[in-house]
Amino acid sequence: MRKIIIFNFLFVFLICSQSAVFAQDHGHEGHDHSTHENHDHSTDDHSTHSATADSHDVHGAEAHGDSHHGHSEVICGVEVDHSFEVGKTAMHHIGDANVYSIGPLQLPLPVIAYSNDGGLDIFSTSKFKADLLGHGDGHAAYNGYVLHEGSLKRVAPGQNFPNGEVKIAGFVPKEEIDAKGKKKEVMYVCDFNELYKIENKSTADAGLFGGGITSFYDFSPTKNVVSMILVTLFLGFVFRRVAKSYKTREGKEPKGLQSFMETFVVFIRDEVAKPFLGNKWEKYFSLLLAIFFFILGLNLFGQIPFFGGSNVTGNLAVTMVLAIIAFLVTNISGNGHYWRHLLAAPGVPWFVKPILIPVEIMGIFIKPLTLMLRLFANITAGHIVLVVFVSLIFIFGDSGQNVGGALGASVGSTLLTLFMMAIELIVALVQAFVFTILTASYIGAATEEVEHH
Amino acid sequence: MVGSIVAIGMGLAVIGAGLGIGWIGAKAMESIARQPEAVGDIRSNMILMAAFIEGAALIAILLAFLVAGV
Repeated sequence: MRKIIIFNFLFVFLICSQSAVFAQDHGHEGHDHSTHENHDHSTDDHSTHSATADSHDVHGAEAHGDSHHGHSEVICGVEVDHSFEVGKTAMHHIGDANVYSIGPLQLPLPVIAYSNDGGLDIFSTSKFKADLLGHGDGHAAYNGYVLHEGSLKRVAPGQNFPNGEVKIAGFVPKEEIDAKGKKKEVMYVCDFNELYKIENKSTADAGLFGGGITSFYDFSPTKNVVSMILVTLFLGFVFRRVAKSYKTREGKEPKGLQSFMETFVVFIRDEVAKPFLGNKWEKYFSLLLAIFFFILGLNLFGQIPFFGGSNVTGNLAVTMVLAIIAFLVTNISGNGHYWRHLLAAPGVPWFVKPILIPVEIMGIFIKPLTLMLRLFANITAGHIVLVVFVSLIFIFGDSGQNVGGALGASVGSTLLTLFMMAIELIVALVQAFVFTILTASYIGAATEEVEHH
Repeated sequence: MVGSIVAIGMGLAVIGAGLGIGWIGAKAMESIARQPEAVGDIRSNMILMAAFIEGAALIAILLAFLVAGV
């Protein structure tokens, strides 16, 4: 019972640490510039406007709320192409968002943003007047903040953009050459007269994934944070019930939810904790269970269609925090034997030591790094494949011009998606298990007691 | 140009990891056929070993991403 209470605390701890890192994470969303270099070919798309209008029902049958129409519009005198791009759509779907989408609905979430020149701003994304059934583009700016494709952006400082609520006409992407001579897509917002440059939120990736420090920091509970809180509450509820039934049914056989959860707990105990941790398994058991159920819960939650489709465990920040926890527990509980073998490598010929010891020290950091990347890559890849399979409808439907193609592709796409989701259910379990078993093996290697030879 | 080389590198990394994981899977199946009573141990060790190989491939893919991104 005590252990199960500890889970709850651990989950809350995980959440708190994650939401702090979240604010900085947005990195892997904005770096796909190479995939859409053909931006200026939109002039011939004008005639397709009416064709898209009457094929809306095809769009409506699609799983995701945001329909990308194959037409262009003129915003602030610039022609903006809205035709469908698979790469962009996939990146948008695996990224975090400041709106929560249930089916086609885009529900507003709170915004907590801090900027150096504007200070702290707390408001709701409903201030952006985005369409409830749209795809997350706001129709108003608030205190210089705008909502573009579901995520919070801000008008770059020094452009005399008015504070308070301002109606905006739309967003204009432009290709620009940055200081390093690289092509980069820069977004502009139009307030019916003029174009203003907008910036993404600050990320802590130091430019590795196309992010970096910008004029504002986003600390708001985003879609991923909300999903995490929902899953944590659900897990807390489940474990409280299971704990209660262990109290009331003491000495009797487990029943219902209790026996369902017991399968997992016994599995982790017998397959993971005991073989890898030996007689110290009880000390780390609650941590292992917390990691397992947290990852499993979020993996499965991300697989529920029409309900957020949040990609929480496919977010580098989340997996990084989980990996850091594994790293800290491993190295703090590491005993003298572990450190001696790591730093002094006894029994190894002297000429191998200069190679072996740096490699061993690198290994300390590579272990959590691969832990982080494995979960991220597996879950993100699954989500991307699902989005691409659904995108087949638009590719074959030619952005709404070819209804027959869209109908045909939607049959194939549904079958492929169902198949992929079945595989993803296995992946969700295997990845939660792999993360747990690897954490256990790292801790086990660090705490092993060996008689000296 | 860099993008194409990166793509080739990613492909090579995936080939290597695929061969490794395939080998592990084949050997695990063989072992289970020989000793069906050890299926539990073999399965969890198989997943563990596959995860290690996957880690090596993931490092390659991360480096490929970084090279392509910078």
